[in-house]
Amino acid sequence: MHSFGYRANALLTFAVTILAFICAIASFSDNFSNQTPSAQIQILNINWFQKQPHGNDEVSLTLNVTADLQSLFTWNTKQVFAFVAAEYETSKNALNQVSLWDAIIPEKEHAKFWIQISNKYRFIDQGHNLRGKDFNLTLHWHVMPKTGKMFADKIVMSGYRLPNAYR
Amino acid sequence: MGFIGETVDSIKSIKIRQLLTQAITLGMIVTSALIIWKALICVTGSESPVVVVLSESMEPGFQRGDILFLRMTKEPIRAGEIVVFSVDGREIPIVHRAIKVHERGDTKEVDVLTKGDNNDIDDIGLYAEGQLWLHRHHIMGRAVGFLPYVGWVTIIMTEKPIIKYILIGALGLLVITSKD
Repeated sequence: MHSFGYRANALLTFAVTILAFICAIASFSDNFSNQTPSAQIQILNINWFQKQPHGNDEVSLTLNVTADLQSLFTWNTKQVFAFVAAEYETSKNALNQVSLWDAIIPEKEHAKFWIQISNKYRFIDQGHNLRGKDFNLTLHWHVMPKTGKMFADKIVMSGYRLPNAYR
Repeated sequence: MGFIGETVDSIKSIKIRQLLTQAITLGMIVTSALIIWKALICVTGSESPVVVVLSESMEPGFQRGDILFLRMTKEPIRAGEIVVFSVDGREIPIVHRAIKVHERGDTKEVDVLTKGDNNDIDDIGLYAEGQLWLHRHHIMGRAVGFLPYVGWVTIIMTEKPIIKYILIGALGLLVITSKD
């Protein structure tokens, strides 16, 4: 019972158990953070709006994204993945979510930003339903922790509308 | 002659009993590990409740050697979720983020397009030939939790199988030579 092997085994088991426990507590502490993120998105310009040869509508937009995600960062946060998605409904699809832009925010200091971008990913519909379409622009964020549970949330901004005709 | 015969018999019987006990103990350990694994599969609803990150396509969030806890619920797949999926023809599952989701109004089936955070292009090139979207049956689970570095053990054992054999051999030796 007192050989080196047994002692090493007991020590290792204890160390691993304590480590797992600490990771769990670190993750649990994220539940107590007070989160007040804010964001605004403005469409500056519809660059073009076409029906592609394969029959699907495609839009190119320039957006102005202002956001303050600093309150999402806790001591257990490794990075925050933020993205803007256009969300709308069509007669065939109950929900369409198309990510237009995303960014990885590694530190709290970078989490308050103002950026003007054209869509990073192509905004293509399944079909040609986008003329005159009302849609929401939602800023989603996914908090990736140093250890433990990941959590995500979003701010929905509605009231955007695509033009009635191609241009 | 009688004494020697008796002694030899008693020695033989002790050995067999001890051997059987150790074999059963080993069997119990292996079986309880299997029970825990199967129970995890049931509880999380995913075929592989824990996966190891093997590539750098999700850096800096997930690095090679991290492990991810997966869960598969009936809730619909939404954009931004980190999904683990397998493609027909590839055996290794891929862990990427859903960037586009189109959900049918009538059947509730989804078309999902994924992309690794650290990749410049989306995953169309990784899907099977002619496949443009992932469907629910391709997706094994959503990542809900994460532990860094723990998966290196698995990566080392897969890439250098010698270490796996050495480890199992050493464990076996420890079990056999322990007297109590």
